Amino acid sequence: MNVDVNAIFQIAGIGIIIAMIHTVLKQMGKEDMAHWVTVIGFVVVLFMVVSMLNDLFREIKTIFLFQ
Amino acid sequence: MEIIQVVGIGLIATILILVLKGQSPLFAFLLAAFTGLAIFLFLLGKISSVIHVLQDLATKSEVSPVFLKTILKVIGVAYIAEFGAQIVRDAGQESIASKIELTGKILILAMAIPIISVIIETVVKLMPA
Repeated sequence: MNVDVNAIFQIAGIGIIIAMIHTVLKQMGKEDMAHWVTVIGFVVVLFMVVSMLNDLFREIKTIFLFQ
Repeated sequence: MEIIQVVGIGLIATILILVLKGQSPLFAFLLAAFTGLAIFLFLLGKISSVIHVLQDLATKSEVSPVFLKTILKVIGVAYIAEFGAQIVRDAGQESIASKIELTGKILILAMAIPIISVIIETVVKLMPA
């Protein structure tokens, strides 16, 4: 379970840092850059979530005899 | 004591989500989905051992494998549908969540049709002509 816990903290950290960068960039007046940073962070986290979702569904398929 | 681990993960994730929600709700949602995934993945290991026992019992008592297979498939579809519906409901989309649940129910019904037909045939056979 260690990997999972680390991933949870990773996602939370990425979220907080991205929100901070977003705020700072907005204060500097670079709105478009701020939005790009948010999108990129979102894609990174989404990638983690989707790969784990893939694991889950594969496991369910093997356990519950789906062919 | 794995329940303590799961509860701890849930509590920590909830606190992190509460912190994140003010900053960016998007990441809070992703974190909630990920936590659910982690707990579910942990749970699947336990479920698989239970199902192995069930399979052993079924092979020993010579139940037709079609029944067990159908039941396991139904359980799998139910888990997946429930999981997806809860994540979507967390994000606030009640209507999509209820559609997912409806789809799960109907797919389960479609899968159960062979068993239902077997039951009906048996009942019809039992009835006196």
